[in-house]
Amino acid sequence: MLELKDLKVAYGGVEALHGITLSVKEGEIVTILGANGAGKSTTLMAVSGLVPVKSGEICFQGERLDRLKSHAVVEKGITQVPEGRRLFGSMTVMENLKLGAFTRKGAIGPQYLDRVFSLFPRLEERGHQMAGTLSGGEQQMLAIGRALMSDPKLLLLDEPSLGLAPLLVKSIFETIKSINESGVTIVLVEQNARAALKLADRGYVLDVGYLVLEDSAKNLLNNPQVKDAYLGA
Amino acid sequence: MDFFIQQLTNGLTVGGIYALIALGYTMVYGVMKLINFAHGELFTLGAYIGFTLLVTFNFTGLFGTVIGLGFSVILVSCLVAVAGHLLERVAYRPLRHSDRLAAVVSALGASIFLQNAIMLKWGAQRLAYKPNILPNVSVNIFGQPMPFIRILVFLVAVFVMFGLYIFINRTRTGMAIRAAAIDQGAAKLMGIDVSRVIALVFIIGPALGGLAGLMAGLLYGPINFNMGQIYGLKAFTAAIIGGIGNIQGAMVGGLLLGLLESMGAAYISVAWKDGITFMVLIVILVFRPTGLLPERVAEKL
Ligand SMILES: Nc1ncnc2c1ncn2[C@@H]1O[C@H](COP(=O)(O)OP(=O)(O)OP(=O)(O)O)[C@@H](O)[C@H]1O
Ligand SMILES: [Mg+2]
Repeated sequence: MLELKDLKVAYGGVEALHGITLSVKEGEIVTILGANGAGKSTTLMAVSGLVPVKSGEICFQGERLDRLKSHAVVEKGITQVPEGRRLFGSMTVMENLKLGAFTRKGAIGPQYLDRVFSLFPRLEERGHQMAGTLSGGEQQMLAIGRALMSDPKLLLLDEPSLGLAPLLVKSIFETIKSINESGVTIVLVEQNARAALKLADRGYVLDVGYLVLEDSAKNLLNNPQVKDAYLGA
Repeated sequence: MDFFIQQLTNGLTVGGIYALIALGYTMVYGVMKLINFAHGELFTLGAYIGFTLLVTFNFTGLFGTVIGLGFSVILVSCLVAVAGHLLERVAYRPLRHSDRLAAVVSALGASIFLQNAIMLKWGAQRLAYKPNILPNVSVNIFGQPMPFIRILVFLVAVFVMFGLYIFINRTRTGMAIRAAAIDQGAAKLMGIDVSRVIALVFIIGPALGGLAGLMAGLLYGPINFNMGQIYGLKAFTAAIIGGIGNIQGAMVGGLLLGLLESMGAAYISVAWKDGITFMVLIVILVFRPTGLLPERVAEKL
């Protein structure tokens, strides 16, 4: 479904990705792991068209994405929940959700809102609250809910567990699983490697801009290298 | 009391003009974090195009007062909108990914260019809107005879501001503009074409500024090629008063500054009229650079 071929991205003169090749099949949950600064967010931003690609290819369902503008990428069916959530803090919960459905040209079918509210009933109660005044957990729910409003085929999640209490992390991961079961393919970037690998089908490990490992999630969980570096055991 | 009411209505009318110009500064700043230094010249351009339509071509004589004036308002807004759009294309878009300073220098250059272009086209001497463009009637307000034009300018300003308010807060496109002002990157991730939002802001702002130029001509008569400097600086002050980037703030700031100025001129000294504006600008920049409105509203476009 999504394929990156020898993807290179540079910020100014400094190359951050030195040639990443990876693929995501329809229906999968694929996780991308790596230490701080490994280039995980950069990879997602390149797919979303927010950082320019230096060389290589990004293909989605057989079409090249790497020359498209970011809004066209969303229209193709790829939506990202960015690191740090990036909510519109001075707008209401409802307005944030409506913005999530921006590419649907105002035709927000009630089914999309219903889906978000059934995943996160809390958001319905807080529809008129400013997004910036929500708790951290609620903000993450809103960030995911907002992304679902575009009815994506592929959802890119950048560290959704960041700054959440363990109990909430668990519930967010369960939600991600149920979103996947409803037919959405998922790319999950995580620091929380153990939880991510338990959820994912396959995983990739990045290290300072290079792809160093790829395997099934199960194998990665038992891989001594991964255990040492990312599972802390 | 009569004198006070005269000054009050006078202040509100000038304030309406300042507010319309201030909206252009604040909307562009909101989305691009850039002060469009050429905005004052777009105001001047509006005044001159209005002069051509209403004086040279005598639109109100040809089509009657209502239609002729309506036509002029629409034409001036559209033509200045086109100029604003071209300005964005030529002076700002190529620099979107460069240094902030490059865009500022480009803005200053565009301002000088426009001022000189206007001078070459219409001449360096001042021109004047004829007093007979609109019927010279007065309306009684609180027992005070008020020139019709003063009321008209104020009402048009309020009407346009109300329309803009609805557009920004109630429509899908308006929501996209607000989103782009809060976080351009996040707006892009929502599928908003931020380039189009910027282009749109450079159409709406100049249209309002151009309209303000036409109204200033109607209200006062004389126009000259560098009038945009002083009006621009005052409207910029109004935008700062309301918190730059804040649309409601620009409206309030414009009206407030107009009132302050006319009251200052009346009760302190006419000579202090402009001085008061710049005192306000300095005081606000020093003590409350985010504007007089509360913080939370200020970050809202
Ligand atoms: N806007 C930018 N300008 C310049 N360099 C950047 C920019 N964004 C990221 N980088 C650099 O690119 C490299 C990869 O960063 P990236 O954010 O992709 O890492 P990451 O794997 O997401 O890290 P983290 O786990 O901390 O989020 C880092 O060296 C970073 O400093
Ligand atoms: Mg990151």
